[in-house]
Amino acid sequence: MSFEKLSRARIAQMVAQDIPDGAYVNLGIGIPTLVSSFLPDDRDVILHTENGIVGMGPGDSGAPLDLDLINASKEAVTLLPGASITDHVVSFAMMRGGHLDLTVLGAFQVSERGDLANWDTGEPGTIPAVGGAMDLVAGARQVYITMEHTTKDGQPKLVRECSYPLTGAGVVDRVYTDMAIIDITPGGMVVRAMVAGLSFGRLQELTGCPLALAGDWRALNAG
Amino acid sequence: MLDKTVASLADAVAGVQDGAVVMIGGFGASGVPTELVCALLDQGARELTIVNNNAGNGERGLSELIRAGRVRKMICSFARSSDRRKPNAAAFAEAYRAGRIELECVPQGTMAERMRAAGSGLGPFFTPTAYGTPLAQGKETRVIDGVGYVLEQPLKGDFALVKAEAGDRWGNLVYRYAGRNFAPVMCMAAQTTVAQVDRIVEKGELPPEHVMTPGIFVQRVVQVERSHVV
Repeated sequence: MSFEKLSRARIAQMVAQDIPDGAYVNLGIGIPTLVSSFLPDDRDVILHTENGIVGMGPGDSGAPLDLDLINASKEAVTLLPGASITDHVVSFAMMRGGHLDLTVLGAFQVSERGDLANWDTGEPGTIPAVGGAMDLVAGARQVYITMEHTTKDGQPKLVRECSYPLTGAGVVDRVYTDMAIIDITPGGMVVRAMVAGLSFGRLQELTGCPLALAGDWRALNAG
Repeated sequence: MLDKTVASLADAVAGVQDGAVVMIGGFGASGVPTELVCALLDQGARELTIVNNNAGNGERGLSELIRAGRVRKMICSFARSSDRRKPNAAAFAEAYRAGRIELECVPQGTMAERMRAAGSGLGPFFTPTAYGTPLAQGKETRVIDGVGYVLEQPLKGDFALVKAEAGDRWGNLVYRYAGRNFAPVMCMAAQTTVAQVDRIVEKGELPPEHVMTPGIFVQRVVQVERSHVV
């Protein structure tokens, strides 16, 4: 049986659907950034950026670039009515102090215990640059990861032990890949959903650690 | 009469000694006191330790200081370019790979909190950030009530260079939008804080409850007219 991997936009859309009304959320770069464009109109989801904006809007491509209104990726953003701006100490207190409901981030690897590696490939010659990633995962109440299920060479990114340097130990709650939605539980990884046409056996082969299938698992459509 | 305003950028950065720890405000290109950094380049101090979130944005300012071999060490959270197509920390990368500059990579919130500790008269503190990661190596750790923590040291500056939207002669400052970022905490953490402001305003013009950095944390104010829109 054949299956179709989910697109980056589809992954972002699934995450957006799972964010409740009234949540304070920090979105990382890559697929997480796409999440903001799929947030349902009938929910207030308040976006936080590490440089102190709470209530970030989508940006206005027609407006001139204002260097004092940027997000963590240094892209131009707008402010929603009701937004506030603070300094770095308070902005990181929001993260570390457990005030953010959720952060959505990309990853190189996630281990079966929820260890996250997403800041450094550890290759010789790379310049270590962590930004706010370690503070975010240490403090946000929930950490969701979006990523491809395997590397470009087909190697699993869900693993027993991360081989890349860690961003945080035991911090990940849920992973959205292009094949499945997987919860990290005290007992290991539990598959909540899989793309239509993919067998559990095949998903397990593409994963570097043991998976369990939830009794109420559902099929995901690519479109 | 207390008047912290100074007439020129040269006066603003006078007295920065060789080997000084200089904190520079800004996040990306937002809130960067570029004119003060250029004045520091002219001033001539060497062997500097620079505290800044990034390691240079484009060719001006910090990158020039690094290229001129004046920076011994960078303390920052993100020394790499955030944009692969348009590298903004190229001078740092070159110096780092050539072994001419030291890097202390610090998680962004830990960097801010280390300065807050220094500015608030606190000693080392325990943070959960970086516990179990390579950035905790060599540091004391402790598990308290089931949570792992890393002991981090206060970070003091000899000078802080920051940018604000307006300031008065007592040194009270307000910032524009997210240009605030690290400036308030750097003002607290440094022995001598220099603020470049778009406008110097009359004392009393800033509503007291809207002042973001009280003048007690600021020693010099210099006016640099500048546009935020590029």
